[in-house]
Amino acid sequence: MASRALPLSPAHGLSIAIAALILGSAAMVAARAESFALAPADWQAVRFTLLQASLSAAISSLLAIPVARALFRRRFAGRGVLIRLMAAPFVLPVVVAVMGLLTVFGRGGPVNAALAGLGLPEVSIFGLHGIVLANVFFNMPLATRMLLHGWQSIPSERFRLAQSLGLPPSAQFRHLEAPMLRAQVPGIFAVILLICLASFAIALMLGGGPKASTLELAIYQSLRFEFDLGRAALLAAVQFTLCAAITLAAAGLTLPQGFGAGLGRTMQIAVPTGWRRGADGLAIALAALFLFAPLLAVVIKGLPGMLALPNGVWPAVVRSVSVAALSAVLATAVALVLATGAARSKSRSIELAAMLPLAASALVLGTGLFLMVRPFVTPETVALPITVLVNATLTLPYLFRLLLPEARQVQTDYGRLTASLGLPRRTVLRFVTLPRLARPLGYGAGLAAALSMGDLGVIALFAGDGGATLPLFVQHLIGAYRLQQAAAVSLILVAVSFALFLGFDRLGSHYADA
Amino acid sequence: MLTLETLVLSQDDFRLCADWSVGAGDRVALIGPSGAGKSTLLMALAGFIAPVQGRILWQGEDLAQVAPGARPLTILFQDQNLFPHLTLAQNLGLGLSPTLRLTPAQTAQIDTALGRVGLAGMGARKPGQLSGGQQGRAALARALLRARPVLLLDEPFAALGPALKAEMLELLDEVATATGAAVLMVTHDPNDAKRFADKTVLVADGRALAPQDTADLFANPPQALRDYLGQ
Repeated sequence: MASRALPLSPAHGLSIAIAALILGSAAMVAARAESFALAPADWQAVRFTLLQASLSAAISSLLAIPVARALFRRRFAGRGVLIRLMAAPFVLPVVVAVMGLLTVFGRGGPVNAALAGLGLPEVSIFGLHGIVLANVFFNMPLATRMLLHGWQSIPSERFRLAQSLGLPPSAQFRHLEAPMLRAQVPGIFAVILLICLASFAIALMLGGGPKASTLELAIYQSLRFEFDLGRAALLAAVQFTLCAAITLAAAGLTLPQGFGAGLGRTMQIAVPTGWRRGADGLAIALAALFLFAPLLAVVIKGLPGMLALPNGVWPAVVRSVSVAALSAVLATAVALVLATGAARSKSRSIELAAMLPLAASALVLGTGLFLMVRPFVTPETVALPITVLVNATLTLPYLFRLLLPEARQVQTDYGRLTASLGLPRRTVLRFVTLPRLARPLGYGAGLAAALSMGDLGVIALFAGDGGATLPLFVQHLIGAYRLQQAAAVSLILVAVSFALFLGFDRLGSHYADA
Repeated sequence: MLTLETLVLSQDDFRLCADWSVGAGDRVALIGPSGAGKSTLLMALAGFIAPVQGRILWQGEDLAQVAPGARPLTILFQDQNLFPHLTLAQNLGLGLSPTLRLTPAQTAQIDTALGRVGLAGMGARKPGQLSGGQQGRAALARALLRARPVLLLDEPFAALGPALKAEMLELLDEVATATGAAVLMVTHDPNDAKRFADKTVLVADGRALAPQDTADLFANPPQALRDYLGQ
């Protein structure tokens, strides 16, 4: 296309703002770090962080493949609900999910009871395998939904063509599904790897001790318990470097998808029968059991406490919902601008900027912003706006990853047509981009809202008394050993964030189907 | 008048030269072996590929800095001419008002255009509910509404049967006559050229030759055309 010199596009402007926020925070912690010599314990944390993250990402991605394929090609009662619920663990507040996992996999839980019944040794949920288990619990469903989107992005005309050619399932896999997987899996693996590198709440609850401590946990401990701002800053700088290196490496991983456009006809795809039917059923059943047993456990534990809710729950609900909705809208709008900008642009600078927040964990960003605002205001007074900003920033990469392939597809399929019709950008956005992207936009906004709802990183650094969001409220209750109430408030937290997620997701589907 | 002035297009090791003009109302077929650059030439005219040398002029004015949508032409691609999620009326409406804020008069215009291409009353349908021929008709209806002085067609009817294609060529003739547009149509079927185009451009061996009288050209085919026709 004949290129015309444009003034700075919105996508490039936003890219610069994001880079300034992330790199500014990183510079802040680096400047504050007093020495750059890592102690042996710090090296141990680096090794452990990498080990648990790569194991978790590999297991999550691999397990998601059969589940996503089974969900894609089978139709059964409750399929839609199951797919929506697949988003639950990822958006489930970590505190709540870990409680559920402890109940099911912990000492005296049904899994260990079954093992004992079979005469097998008890498994402990603490340490490396517990952390990996929890990470897989959180991320396998995310990978499944991302892969399902990938499967759905293969035009059904291609499946029809394959069937008309009489291709057996193996050849169909090789020609249709494997190329999609090659395009999607590296990106999904990288996203999960980075999530696992940056999650500290799981390690806090299931790890601990010098042998099972992640960098994030070490930052938290030096900040909250040792008040060693210098060491916290050093560890934050290391964490940032690690994640930044992996983000950069991952940016080169994803391959563009080469599928042409489908006309959006709905057609029934014939599915393989025989043993494949049984295998698909088993994959779906096992995945459902793994995901819902812990959730059910939380419900059973929390329901009795609903009758005696502590004071201050509802103001916390209002604060949490406001933060979540605002950060979801902010993150989705920014991700849309960046994804459509990146789809149009040949350079990868926008893509890099959108993925940059993956390099900054909540604690790194929070610590950086804390250091930045402290000279000017009391951190407490800006707790909520900063939480909105940080949550939106941290969810941006996931939204961007969801939107980019679809934005590229729209650009490939309709870029020339919209250009030849001379449609202005606003028209393309309203009549082409938004309708074509409604589904991932709704899903992404729901994801962002629920993630923000359950976040317990930044707010813990900033909030004072009486300014707590729901997760912080739960944490305070747990700290005070009011476990029954904690479980009950957890249920409210789960219900509200799930309602937010479903609301946004439905909105997207509704708009897409209209 | 659309003028290709010592035009050179190049992509990787592909290269195509052209140096000729098309007048108002001309019907020109572009014919030649696949890979010769027929579609590439059309894409350059439409503004999707920048020439490495030479100029594309419309009424003496260089189009190099003119965006695809602002060029005095309508292009029909091989496929993807319609947005699958928009109704036919909306798809056509984008040819009239890029913001789809249509006046009652424009809505009536759309209905008329649909009627003229034999799709009366189908404005509320989506492209997926139409046959290939009907989709082609809808795209032609939009060209009718846009009424640009040049109409480029990149084998949009290649997938249609002979009877249907004959119908579409007739319709194309009507549309071109109604809008007074010059037509450049890529085709691989000599019959399309003979039936529809007074002039034919032979695209072969890295060159798009100047338009020649179609009947003359096929009566005395040069070697490149004979090779292509298998004579």
